[in-house]
Amino acid sequence: MSLEKFLSQAVSSWMNEDGPSSEIVLSTRIRLARNHHQYAFPTVFTKEEAQQTAEAVGAAVRQAGYPLEELKMEDLQGLEKRVLVEKHLISPNLAEDSGSSSVWLSDDEDISLMVNEEDHLRIQCLFPGLQLKEALRKALEIDDAIEQHFDYAFDENFGYLTTCPTNVGTGLRASVMMHLPGLMMTHQMNRIIPAIGQFGLVARGIYGEGSEALGNIFQISNQTTLGKSEEDITEDLLHVVDQIIAQEKSAREALVKSSGIQLEDRVFRSYGTLRYSRVIESKEAAKCLSDVRLGIDLGFIENVSRSILNELMILTQPGFLQQYAGGFLRPVERDIRRASLIRERLEMDVSKDKGGSDI
Amino acid sequence: MCEQCQERPAAVHLKNVVNGKKTEVHLCEVCAQDKGEAFMNDDGAFSFNHLLAGLLNVSPVMKQSQPQKSRRQPVECSGCQMTFDQFLKIGKFGCPKCYESFREQLPPILKRLHSGNTVHQGKLPERQGGTIHMKRKVTELRSDLKALIEQEEFEQAAEIRDQIRSLEAEIRDEGGGADES
Ligand SMILES: [Zn+2]
Ligand SMILES: [Zn+2]
Repeated sequence: MSLEKFLSQAVSSWMNEDGPSSEIVLSTRIRLARNHHQYAFPTVFTKEEAQQTAEAVGAAVRQAGYPLEELKMEDLQGLEKRVLVEKHLISPNLAEDSGSSSVWLSDDEDISLMVNEEDHLRIQCLFPGLQLKEALRKALEIDDAIEQHFDYAFDENFGYLTTCPTNVGTGLRASVMMHLPGLMMTHQMNRIIPAIGQFGLVARGIYGEGSEALGNIFQISNQTTLGKSEEDITEDLLHVVDQIIAQEKSAREALVKSSGIQLEDRVFRSYGTLRYSRVIESKEAAKCLSDVRLGIDLGFIENVSRSILNELMILTQPGFLQQYAGGFLRPVERDIRRASLIRERLEMDVSKDKGGSDI
Repeated sequence: MCEQCQERPAAVHLKNVVNGKKTEVHLCEVCAQDKGEAFMNDDGAFSFNHLLAGLLNVSPVMKQSQPQKSRRQPVECSGCQMTFDQFLKIGKFGCPKCYESFREQLPPILKRLHSGNTVHQGKLPERQGGTIHMKRKVTELRSDLKALIEQEEFEQAAEIRDQIRSLEAEIRDEGGGADES
């Protein structure tokens, strides 16, 4: 299969569209945890109850009238599930458990409803760039539509009842993925992360095999779900994200001012590595992709799409590499495949621009 | 008005709820920006957040009382038979009824997890919400009523009082809780 065809099938709309503030914010996710009032939670429910819950959710989703397609976990191969995880459409948790678990997906994969994960239903909306209000509106709209046909477990005091006490109340997890190379290079992240905690928010690096944040990507999300309205939670998150965007921008400016040529050198070395290497590990790839993305944002590199980091961070994961290769790959083979996929992807951009004479 | 300089109109609004008390901070763009850029001074803190945290009086570690160990009769969920000790061990509930069964034990745990909060302030289910919507409205109207009386706006207050009465009558007609549907 050609890479272009593979890409068109593999990339969800939230990965390749430019959204608001997309030079720093890669994507926005809203998740609502919901349960049926009659059935036990997945922690203890029987196979029979799991079946009943899945049917009840399914009936409500169909009646809600969204054109979603159901994928049952028991019908999927391990590799297919892995790819869904890498696309952030299902959780690793859902992929592991196959008894009556499923996911309902919209065509462009901006809506994903997980059934019988930790809760009976998890409504998820994924948007490109910074779109907290839009994503919340969409998720609440789906929530209302489903509730017309589904009796939620709800308590006047505790709100929406969830399996884990960390989700009770609104059941809302709002998160924003941010690319923060400037704050990392100026060593600000280790201060920002604990400070964010004071707002009931949490910042996590997207970790690879080790403990280092991969590709300077951080996920900022709310931790508090009880005692604040959905709008207040997302607004507080938005304010902090806006602050971080401003700080990232001034860190980038300061870096360009104080060491522009070194920065440009770093960007082009990384670009060179991605364009010409034959074997590349995921950690190095993530670092170089982050540099190249920064180079695009700063105008050093002009003929590469901005979505490159978003896209390749996901496409170079083991599940995708193997899907593209059409079978199982050992780690070394993956590193080779990863390098060639990245080369191909970059050549695609450059040849679009220059008529393909560059290699 | 900006709380920092008291000069320019506030443009950045931060709401927070601590121990059920709502606090808001309002800053103008200039002051917010100032605080935001202070990190470049290498003062060892993400100053903007620190400033706001100070204003909001949020302590990083929530002080809270230990769950009571004295009453030891094992509490068991009427729905799934999970005991409270089992819940503590796995950190997950077994069914929606657990919340009712462990109602007495939950507040300290929820406080710790949710910045001191124990009561839901968010959305209500539209269809099932029924009387809860009305009860919330009554609570809102009561605080309006109190404010109006303090301002000696008795005519308006009387109107609100009548609204509260008719809503309360409606809630009684609906059977109050209507939880067991
Ligand atoms: Zn001011
Ligand atoms: Zn239970």
